[in-house]
Amino acid sequence: MNAILEMRGITKTFPGVKALDNVNITVKAGEIHALVGENGAGKSTLMKVLSGVYPHGSYSGEIVYEGQERRFKDIADSEELGIIIIHQELALVPLLSIAENIFLGNEQATYGVIDWSVAFARTKQLLKMVGLNESPETLVTNIGVGKQQLVEIAKALSKKVKLLILDEPTASLNEKDSDALLNLLLQFKAQGISSILISHKLNEITKVADSITVLRDGTTVETLDCHAGEISEDRIIRGMVGRTMADRYPKRQSRIGKTIFQVENWSTYHPLHSNVQVVKNVNLNIRRGEIVGIAGLMGAGRTEFAMSLFGRSYGQHTSGRVLLHGKEIDVSSVEKAVGNGIAYATEDRKTYGLVLEEDIRKNISLANLKGVAKNFVIDDIRELAVANDYRGKMRIRSPNVFQETVNLSGGNQQKVVLSKWLFSNPEILILDEPTRGIDVGAKYEIYTIINGLADAGKGVLMISSEMPELLGMCDRIYVMNEGSLIAELDVAEASQEKIMHAIVKSGRR
Amino acid sequence: MDTRTADEVHVPQQKTSWLEFMKTHFRDYGMLLALLAIMAFFQVATDGTLLRPLNMTNLVLQNSYIVIMALGMLLVIVAGHIDLSVGSIVGFVGGLAAIMMVRWGFDPVTTTIACLIVGGLIGAAQGYWVAYFKVPSFIVTLAGMLVFKGLTLALLGGMSVGPFPVVFQRLSSGFIPDFFGGEGFNYTSLFIGVASVIAIVYFSVRSRANQLKHDVETAPFGLFVAKNALLALFIVAFCYLMATYRGLPNVLVIMAALIVLYAFVTNRTTIGRRIYALGGNEKAARLSGIKTERLTFLTFVNMGVLAGLAGLIFAARLNTATPKAGLGFELDVIAAVFIGGASATGGVGKVTGAVIGAFVMGVMNNGMSILGIGIDYQQVIKGLVLLAAVSLDVYNRKK
Repeated sequence: MNAILEMRGITKTFPGVKALDNVNITVKAGEIHALVGENGAGKSTLMKVLSGVYPHGSYSGEIVYEGQERRFKDIADSEELGIIIIHQELALVPLLSIAENIFLGNEQATYGVIDWSVAFARTKQLLKMVGLNESPETLVTNIGVGKQQLVEIAKALSKKVKLLILDEPTASLNEKDSDALLNLLLQFKAQGISSILISHKLNEITKVADSITVLRDGTTVETLDCHAGEISEDRIIRGMVGRTMADRYPKRQSRIGKTIFQVENWSTYHPLHSNVQVVKNVNLNIRRGEIVGIAGLMGAGRTEFAMSLFGRSYGQHTSGRVLLHGKEIDVSSVEKAVGNGIAYATEDRKTYGLVLEEDIRKNISLANLKGVAKNFVIDDIRELAVANDYRGKMRIRSPNVFQETVNLSGGNQQKVVLSKWLFSNPEILILDEPTRGIDVGAKYEIYTIINGLADAGKGVLMISSEMPELLGMCDRIYVMNEGSLIAELDVAEASQEKIMHAIVKSGRR
Repeated sequence: MDTRTADEVHVPQQKTSWLEFMKTHFRDYGMLLALLAIMAFFQVATDGTLLRPLNMTNLVLQNSYIVIMALGMLLVIVAGHIDLSVGSIVGFVGGLAAIMMVRWGFDPVTTTIACLIVGGLIGAAQGYWVAYFKVPSFIVTLAGMLVFKGLTLALLGGMSVGPFPVVFQRLSSGFIPDFFGGEGFNYTSLFIGVASVIAIVYFSVRSRANQLKHDVETAPFGLFVAKNALLALFIVAFCYLMATYRGLPNVLVIMAALIVLYAFVTNRTTIGRRIYALGGNEKAARLSGIKTERLTFLTFVNMGVLAGLAGLIFAARLNTATPKAGLGFELDVIAAVFIGGASATGGVGKVTGAVIGAFVMGVMNNGMSILGIGIDYQQVIKGLVLLAAVSLDVYNRKK
């Protein structure tokens, strides 16, 4: 079998971060090629390079597709040659029909007038191919996620797909829908369509994949041939996580006191779909001076848990008890949660953390304006002193505190967010992906700050998708999957393999 | 481990030159310069009519209600919303005041208080839908605009109602009394001017001293002196001019007090700061413990009260309430706020900017009328000025 796609020596850098470093991958014609790696290993970046989201010239290395070197300028360029990518977040317009969605941007039209009878007839054909029994006129919003996924695939088929890329297609599907989807991939394979499958569900991969490429930290670790012999999940996991962690995390001598924070039977439901339980009966505790981690895959419900805890900022019908120093506290609004000593630094700084058009000073005081005001009047000198103090302590790099936060680097923005929450003087800090999108040097500084908080006797709850980070920083790690805590590991006994096993095991149940 | 990266190396603070400072703070001064240029132009074009005491008095009287509403509109726009109903509220509240005083015989004080409360209730009724039901403010206030225009007609039965008691008329047409008994010269007015100049200079010197003490970037000393001197000169000259006519109009005093109050609220108070945060990033504001819904609601209540006040002033000025009062005011008010540098997406805007914006519109109205330019081309020119001002601001921000 000859190769349909070869990507050679792909290197892609973002300011301060090398996302891909000399990555090589070869996909044979008519095979299902699995791409695995931890969150942040570079899978999605690689696929964006392939599909032209990052155009030729923004990366180095070459892409050979169907025997020729290709230089894609944009997605339309790669789609024309039959490379179709289906993203994890589906790109369907909810209030348009299935037929309208399938032919969106590719309408069955002459001189701009759509021929609906052709469109509907072709849609029926395509839906039959993917085994979806729905009317072409049904609105996408009225069908489930599993069926929406099939509509996406039908849309890909309508464009004469030769290489289908699926990014976590089964992440939000139940087992039955997942199986149907995997069978569909096998059918396509029989028809000669190649696919690249990105997935965390290793059992699915071992079931359908012909070969597996493992990425780690932006480099290709290995490519495994599934026909040369049985590949176990353990074998794949070893490839995904095997790395040294020396000196990436500042040393800390934990001085752990008694339990100061407890969450009991915490549950919440999806804000729009009241029958979907996103967080299921979570019980956890934090001790004084302890850094507790929550590990899990994207979509495991960790952020939803944290935000529902922080003033019911997520979900509905939220229930459960929160205790600080053994006494139940009211966290029903953000104001009350903050007042009772809880702070939550968001995973998405730009959307939820900062007022970007305002300066460092105003962002730092925002969650605790009372701390710089007398009778509702802001004492701007005091505010300035506070901001300067944090700018020094946190080593925020800017000419002064009057710099608009939009102009700061990711690491410095994160320091502003942390400063804001430290100034609100919390007992418990929930840090959601505190080092996302931050370069290595700044990460070290953020880690040092977090260690300092624990040393000062605060309780820290750290959510991270980077397992090495959790292992390097935490005293204790909870593992979350599908809204439940499925394991609790002391850091001494925890390892990436154990965490992965816990997730894979619970996902299979 | 040296964790610094190249772009983060500390840049030592340099002494900024005048030109550089003006460049970086163009947004703060640009519109003021534009206003002065426009005034200079009309002063020449009208052979000095523009700055005559009588005309200045007219200018203030004609624009006071626009300025007052621009203060409320600024908060609404900074919070990320819009209020199209203010013109109709002006008409409705003016009509209500007329009915209360002329038909029902209430005294002016009771009427004024009642009308301000009604304005606030109207704002609350609209703010409720915007804040708690998340209906877009454009829709809610468009509905309000129609509703209150209709209610004004119904209230007045399609007729003009007047005249008002003399005390009420003084709200608009009165001047502050002269306690010094000057013949043809109102010393009180000049005194107020000088007093406010002293206060302004005192506060800005104190704040500059504080800034210097804490090593804050400040305007170059020369510019600081020039700015204060110009402002002082402007205020004293203005008060002197007014004093040679009949003194400062009552409505000017009300307006000035409100401007100072709102400038203070937006710059220095927690509620002001929260409104900017709300408009800048509602999600971040909510996650910082700000009650975003209540705050949105309150900005609309505030707008309602100020629109009510504007309605009273406008009615008092005409000495009659007509069904057509307030027609199209919302456009002037909104234009003033945007000319003053507010951002249509919220989070950005200043009280001084909105006031300057209102006077840009006012001076142009006034100047073009003196020059005898027809209402047709006046609108064309005003429209183009609005577009030019906002484009310039957008262009500046991109750089």
